[in-house]
Amino acid sequence: MKKNTQILITLSLVFTLSLANNVLAKPKQLIKIAYITQEQAVPAALSNLDVFIQNKGMVGAELAIEDNNTTGQFTAQHYQLVKVVVPLSCHTQQWFIEDIAEDINFVVVNLPSPKLKIIADLPQAQNKLLFDVATRDDDLRGEQCRDNVLHLQPSRAMRADALAQFMLKKRWKKWFLVTGMDKNDRLFSKAIKRSAKKFGLNIMAKKSWEHTYDARRTAQSDVPVFTQEVDDYDVLVVADEKGLFGEYLDYRTWKPRPVMGTQGLVATSWHETHEQWGAVQMQNRFKEVAGRLMEEEDYAAYLAVRAIGEASVRTKSNQLFPIKDYLLGDQFALQGYKGKPLSFRAWNGQLRQPILLAAPRSLVTVAPIEGFLHKTTELDTLGFDLPESTCGRK
Amino acid sequence: MKQWFLHLGLLLLSMSVVNAETVFVTLEKDNALAIVDPIKGELLKTVTIGQRPRGIILSADNKHLFVATSDDDTIKIIDSETLKEVGELPSGEDPETFALSPTGDRLYVSNEDDNLVTVIDVVAKKVIKLIKVGVEPEGIAVSPDNNWAVSASETTNMIHWINTKTLEIVENTLVDPRPRAAHFTADSQQLWVTSEIAGTLMILDVATKKIIKNISLAIQGVSRDKILPVGVVIDKQGRYGYVAMGSANRVAVINAKTFEVEKFLLVGQRVWNLAFSPDQKRLYTTNGMSNDMSIIDLASHKVTKSIGVGRFPWGIVAKP
Repeated sequence: MKKNTQILITLSLVFTLSLANNVLAKPKQLIKIAYITQEQAVPAALSNLDVFIQNKGMVGAELAIEDNNTTGQFTAQHYQLVKVVVPLSCHTQQWFIEDIAEDINFVVVNLPSPKLKIIADLPQAQNKLLFDVATRDDDLRGEQCRDNVLHLQPSRAMRADALAQFMLKKRWKKWFLVTGMDKNDRLFSKAIKRSAKKFGLNIMAKKSWEHTYDARRTAQSDVPVFTQEVDDYDVLVVADEKGLFGEYLDYRTWKPRPVMGTQGLVATSWHETHEQWGAVQMQNRFKEVAGRLMEEEDYAAYLAVRAIGEASVRTKSNQLFPIKDYLLGDQFALQGYKGKPLSFRAWNGQLRQPILLAAPRSLVTVAPIEGFLHKTTELDTLGFDLPESTCGRK
Repeated sequence: MKQWFLHLGLLLLSMSVVNAETVFVTLEKDNALAIVDPIKGELLKTVTIGQRPRGIILSADNKHLFVATSDDDTIKIIDSETLKEVGELPSGEDPETFALSPTGDRLYVSNEDDNLVTVIDVVAKKVIKLIKVGVEPEGIAVSPDNNWAVSASETTNMIHWINTKTLEIVENTLVDPRPRAAHFTADSQQLWVTSEIAGTLMILDVATKKIIKNISLAIQGVSRDKILPVGVVIDKQGRYGYVAMGSANRVAVINAKTFEVEKFLLVGQRVWNLAFSPDQKRLYTTNGMSNDMSIIDLASHKVTKSIGVGRFPWGIVAKP
């Protein structure tokens, strides 16, 4: 019972102003979309600069529902977002079964990989389409891929390829790779090694950052020592997804070298400095409703809900298969404020998209970098392309 | 005395600016208006105008310029001779593009952030009506016969047909993704609409409101991702239409009878908006990323000149 009170159902305003009479007369087609996430424990503050955000992703989905409904007033369609926020101590699959399984075809999932896998493998999830807005894992797009999951965030391989293309263009071909102790750091490190091989760049040295000291207090003296023994490199590439030490590397290396990877120059699907191709409109609209900047999860959730909107308008349907087929077909082209049409790779469900390469206060460039060619779309120079895909997706 | 002569000289100079044909270009990042002599091919001067100026049009009598200064949330009225601000129109928030009725008395403004079209009485400087449209309305046009105003919403992917008598939306046409600009043919029979994301030009029949032709603007040797059509114009005789191709850095020349794409003319980087010279012998383009404008001779379909104008040239209009 308590649970039901926690399920917030957003019914957006149905605008009646200026509606054509013939549209008003028709009953509206209802398209239900669920959004499932779990509360997170507030992590220890790494920096006082970044405030912990509990609702990353949610606001993006809300904004997209509003956009879908603005469109829906002209197509006699109505979109409903069913938000399921699972408390910290509860099982996400239980909540999925009880609150979503029955009658919702489309589910935006903002959960880490292990939980996403459990939900995706539930019998109740087999006739649904899940929109993963949280993970970056390459295995989820490869041998671990699922037929009922689409991935909205760029994979680690796509991000590493974006960085590699830029480094190749700059002729910064010699890398010093520093990896943190977290499992995800090792995954990003693996993606970096793959990209270096793919684009013919050299990893001159590899080291692990072991957290044996308080970085904030001793970075000034420890980073020079840590980087001193590596002599011949152009760029320091850091793999620290949680941001535990990467911020302390820049300006403290023994040699004057730029930092890129998870800190310094980062590869991201969205960034506060991005304002081209109508992005400034998106940034402003988001800030107005959220009172904060748009994060990657918000952008991914926005795109997921907008993709459902776009496909339902084009197919005039609220059913799983016409929409899924449309999303994975050649016709689908989603506008994502990055100057190129976004679409899904049919072989692994990954959203094709340009990747922003951003410094903290400046957008440096957008990948794919000019000159990296592909026979169908240059966007497929980023990440696992069809011939190398290990996903057995139908 | 000397100074007085100097002032007189400057005054005469500024008057001579507006005697010949004059091109006005809004500079989004310089918060300014560039004034160009297209015959001499020279930038004459740049005047500060307001925050983030984008859309610009000339009043029916050529006496005033309307300029959307988006971050000031207003449309400024500028005397096209003295270049002084003489008034403002209540445009609503973040005005970007707008269209003037052929009678010159009404302005239809896209308010991108609010999903609205604001209809303004130009003489009374009053808002007549707010019309709810799709998400992120951008392209807007009024038919030369004054029967229709159309608004293109970029995220909803629709053309909304507004009856100019009732100011109600009477029909919506679903178009290719991210429709940017719309332009009516001089006979008001067709509406040409560009889709930035699909890289297409759609020809809509005004009578049926349906797409009668969808033209792919693919260029050999240029990746599909770079084909991002934006501005579109059609000459008065209905011979050619021209489409600014964004990051493809070209203007497409389309035969308005056969709908064949005859040519692509290489201009500056991220070509955005287009304007004819008053005699329609030349076409002017704004090239957002290379900070210049190009001049195209329409008899030969050749680019004759590029002129540096300032940062992020956006809108453009030519005055006789």
